[in-house]
Formats: sequence, C-alpha cells, structure tokens
Amino acid sequence: MTGPESFEQSAERALADDQLRKNFAFAMGSFIVKRKAVFSDEAETEQLRARGQAIKQRALSRLPELLEELEANCTRNGIRVHWAETPAVANRIVLDIVNAHSATGVIKGKSMVSEEMHLNGYLAAHGVEPIETDLGEFIIQLNGETPSHIIVPAIHKNKSQIAHIFHEKLPGTPYTEEVTELNAIARRTLRRRFYEAAVGVSGVNFAVAETGTLCLVENEGNGRMCTTLPAVHIAVMGLEKVVEKLEDLPPLLRLLTGSATGQLVTTYVNLITSPRRPGEKDGPQEVHLVILDNGRSRIYADPQLRQTLQCVRCGTCLNHCPVYTRIGGHAYGFVYPGPIGQILNPQVEGLEKAAPLITASSLCGACEEVCPVKIPITALLRRLRDESYSRAPTSAVPGHGCRSSLAERLAWQGWVLVNTRPWLNRMMNAVLGAIGDFLPPVGPLERWMRFREEPKFAGRSLHRRLKKKGVADE
Amino acid sequence: MSETPRDRILARLRNVPRPELPRPPSVPPPTDAPARGERAARLKSRMEAVRAEVHLVPSEAWLERLKEILTVRKVATLLYAPQTAIGEALQHAWETDAAGSPELVAYAGPVETFKERLFAVEAAVTAAAGAVADTGALILRPTAEEPRLMSLVPPIHIAVLRAEEIFASLDDAMRAGNWPADMPTNMLLISGPSKTADIELILAFGVHGPKELIVLVLE
Repeated sequence: MTGPESFEQSAERALADDQLRKNFAFAMGSFIVKRKAVFSDEAETEQLRARGQAIKQRALSRLPELLEELEANCTRNGIRVHWAETPAVANRIVLDIVNAHSATGVIKGKSMVSEEMHLNGYLAAHGVEPIETDLGEFIIQLNGETPSHIIVPAIHKNKSQIAHIFHEKLPGTPYTEEVTELNAIARRTLRRRFYEAAVGVSGVNFAVAETGTLCLVENEGNGRMCTTLPAVHIAVMGLEKVVEKLEDLPPLLRLLTGSATGQLVTTYVNLITSPRRPGEKDGPQEVHLVILDNGRSRIYADPQLRQTLQCVRCGTCLNHCPVYTRIGGHAYGFVYPGPIGQILNPQVEGLEKAAPLITASSLCGACEEVCPVKIPITALLRRLRDESYSRAPTSAVPGHGCRSSLAERLAWQGWVLVNTRPWLNRMMNAVLGAIGDFLPPVGPLERWMRFREEPKFAGRSLHRRLKKKGVADE
Repeated sequence: MSETPRDRILARLRNVPRPELPRPPSVPPPTDAPARGERAARLKSRMEAVRAEVHLVPSEAWLERLKEILTVRKVATLLYAPQTAIGEALQHAWETDAAGSPELVAYAGPVETFKERLFAVEAAVTAAAGAVADTGALILRPTAEEPRLMSLVPPIHIAVLRAEEIFASLDDAMRAGNWPADMPTNMLLISGPSKTADIELILAFGVHGPKELIVLVLE
C-alpha cells in the first residue's frame, strides 16, 4: 500500500474484492440465523433487552461510585488496580509490570481494549513479544493484520488463505485446508507458549463492583490459560465495563453470548476474584486490573452520547449491518468497525479524523433493532452528523464543526431565503423550470449525480398548477 | 487539579449531572425453567448439543462407569485430587481393583513444580459444584485440593455432578449458593469441550482446552 487510503478508497477496494465479500456475506448471514435461533421468542427477547439496557444505564448512573467500589473490593481481594487516562499510560503500566518480572513475552487472550491501546506494537517496540492465543487473533497476528470483526477477528479469511498463512509463517507446517488439522496446528504451537509464559494479558467482559470479580467469556480455553498459568495476570478494561452486582450477570451473559454467536452460554464463563490464595496450587500470584479512560469520561459527560458506553462489544450490530457485510471491518480504518465503531471512534479519536464514518450509513436501523442494550445508534449517528457541522464554540465531541464550510453555509442561507420570500421563490422556480435541466454536473453536483439520476425540473411548479385548478392556497 | 489519574478520572465522572436510575426489578423466572425432575434431562440435552458427553448414572455405579469410560479411551494416566471425596473414592476403588485402569496421578505441589506432569497427563477427574439446566453448563469451584488447571490442561475432563445440585437457572444457582458472600479465587461455568469457529465459522473442538468433556450425573 502507498500511503493511507481514504475511507472511500478502502471501501471501494473492499467492494471490488469478490472473495472478501463472499467471506463476509456467508459469515454474517450465518450469525443472523444463529442469533435468531436463540432469541426466537420475540416478547421474551424484548424483555431481556430492556433489562440489559436498564442494568447498564443504572450502572452508568452510578459509574464513579461503582468504580470506587470495584477498586476497593478488588484491592481487598488482592487484585492491584491501576488507572490510565490514555492508552500511552495504560501501555506503560503493562510494560512496567512485565519488566518487573523480567518477562520477554506475554500470552494474550482476545481484548478489544488492548487493540484500542495498540498494546502489541508498543510491547514489541520495547522488546516484549506479544503472543495472541485466540485462534482468530493468532491467524491475523501471523499475517500482520488487525481484527476485521470484534468477535471473529479473522473472518475475512477463508480456510485456503489461512492454510497458506500457516504454511508460510509456521516453519515445518505442511499445507492443509482441513479445519481440524489447522486447529491442531494452532493447539500444538500455542501449548508450548502457554507452558512457558510468565505473564498473561486479558480483557474483561464485566467487572462486578459488589464482589470485585472479573468476568471473562470465551470458547477456546485460551483465556483461561492466559489467566491461570502465568505467574502474573494483567486484565485491561474500559471504565464502562463495571456492573453493580453479581446478579446482573445472568441476563447480561445471556444477551452477550446470544447476540454475539447465537450461543445460550459460551464454553467457559470465567469469574476471577483474586490471585492465588495461600495453599492453592495454581493461578497467578499477581493479578492486575488496568482501568482505561481514553475519552470515555468525556463521552460520559453528555447524557445522549453516554448511551454509547452501554455497549457490551457483542458485535451483533456488525453482523446485521448492510454496509459492514459488504465492505468488512478493515475498510473502516479504525479499531472498532461497523455501527458501534461509527459512533465510538469519532467520539474517542475526534471527528476531524473519523467524520467519513458517520455518513457511511443509510440509517436503516438494523443495528439498533438487535442491539442487546438498545443503544440508539441511528440517533447517535445523526447527532454526530450535526456535531460535524456545528459552529458552537464548544462541544462534547472533539473535532466538531470539521465539516462546516462557507459554501455550504451560503447555500443553506440561500435556500432559507428563497423559501421564505414568495417573490424570490417564484423567481427561482421560473429560472429552474427554464434552465434547471441544463445545469452542468460540476462541483458538488457532480458528486451527487454520480450515483443518482438527474432531477427533472417541471416547467411550472406544483404550487402554480394547483392554483390554476382552483385548489385553495393555504 | 487533582493529583493522580484516578482522581482526575473520578472527578470528571462525578462532575456531570447524572440522576441515579433505579435498579431494575428482580428477574421473573424464565418461562422455560425446567422443574426439578426434568433438570438432569434438560442439562444432558443442552450439553450434548455442544458436544459434551453426559451420563446419568445411579450413585452406586459411577466408579464402574468411570472405569468403562477410561478403558474405552485407553487412558493411561488420570489426574485426580486425593484430598476430596471423589479422590478418596477413586483411591479406594483402585486399591480394590486397578486392573486395566489408568495410573492415578495426584496434583502434587504447586503448578511451578508440577507443570511438566500436568501437561503430559491424559485425563482429569474433578467434581462439579453444581450445574445450570436452562442453558446447560456445569459450575466449577476449584479449591486448594482440586486446582483450577485440572479442568483445563488435560485433553479429557471428566466431571462428577450430583443430580440434586442441578439448578434451573444461573440466577437460581447464585441465590441458592449466596455467591456474593463467598466468591472463591476462581469460579467457572463450563458447557462443553473447548471449541472455536474462527475459521469460516466451522466448528472445531479441542482448540486449547479439553477435547472431551464427560459428565457423570449421579442420581
């Protein structure tokens, strides 16, 4: 690749890639069917979603108190809690812990927050080898890629592409497209890593304030390996992951796994409350929890935008999005792809960087129909669109007003003028009726008309024709 | 300006209007919650749907069934926890008749000195502290005597569960066991053998954890 692509360019490239589109169309279609199978009772599902929304909104309404309670209970249990305002600080905290144990590598369970921190690159740059152990993450790490999906990070690859990656990147590996054999190769390769590792890094699905418990869900067992075998476990979480009580978990787990993969429950639900206690034979001697802000407290300040923080990262909005399904995750160019990424990235990284994302939506609302915690994604997209044109001196969203332009403002002022002055309106209609069809497609018109039919202007306006027929003018 | 990142983050969060919302009311029991007599059957069907193997056996016959399971698979080494009820029963049974049965391996000492043996052993047997019928999952509560890695590292995990410990739902299990008052170092739900669908959503088993999960439900 030469230089960074624009979102438009990368989307066009993705659309032209037949293999990629087949891979995504098949996988997303399957996810939709699987989700539907576990949420077949519509009334019950609606009840469950309302409950999920209420639990997360309640937790957010007490966020600072719950974070303090979580910290106090974790500390009491022997988990060391660290706070980071930025990814840079969070990375530093992780590196310092790794260095304190003179570890040369870490084994990692799947974590989107660690992607947000770009932890792997940071560790590698400081001489620490990060080893992804989730099969999908393992595949894309071998190939030097980032996740294209929150839940199934290598879903953009088919098995023959993966067979090539294994054959080329893992010395002594014969070429095979047998999925069971590919799994066996990953198992063999990573078992050795699990055996040797001194530090494990994981994410957190839910952190329970009441008991100071970290809840992690997974299917492969690599998460348990990373959090049980090494002497040190470092968990990283966004500060919105805290929930109030243990009893909040059953409905949230049901929503998360049902929405993510159409499972009633994952293979493993891991509840971690402390490091190894005296007399116990395994488990890490040290457990660290890194709580990351990275713009979340700013998002929190705005009651509407705050709803973004309800997200449980199930990825079902990706699976149901007609845009995501056609272009895949990489085209977005940000850590979080799909609808959730379209509302989250602009708020975290700023509209000046992420504004192209907010218009890549038809606002069809498929995402919010299935969102397990009922985030009003389309309303938030519209809000962010407004913010991108806002000329207010301050805003809750960084980079606000980045799309505001003089030409556009003048055009709208003109529009207001011709629609509030009857004589001007009549004149405009007469002019457009006469020459409208001959307007040359230049400037913004050219872009507009590239994918649309040219408008046909009537010789006389509807208003005038009706008046002539004697319809009362209101 | 406050001093630590912690203080600054918390100050920012506190500093906004945020009317406290009520806790959502307690959950109504799920409409499909199985009655006591149906729970074992529900658990079996749910867990077998995700490739676990579930045997409903009379309490007095479980050791015999265990031996059969091990013999069929030609298991040579079996990891166990000597200081538990299951461990004692195993020892006793093996003392009586160990012919054709695998060698018993005790989880001796901390993992740091036991790792090599742990990664070589073929199967492990542990207790399940309970189970959840509606979604189909075992509840494990590893202890000092019965450590965490027993249910993770060996390729075959056999769990022994008493039928009366099967709860209708996870909510029920939490309430009955008063979980918030007594969380152990680690607690788990396990619904089947380790699996992944990361390649083309094709389901494959035994990617990192056990390739087989066998449950003996003692009735």
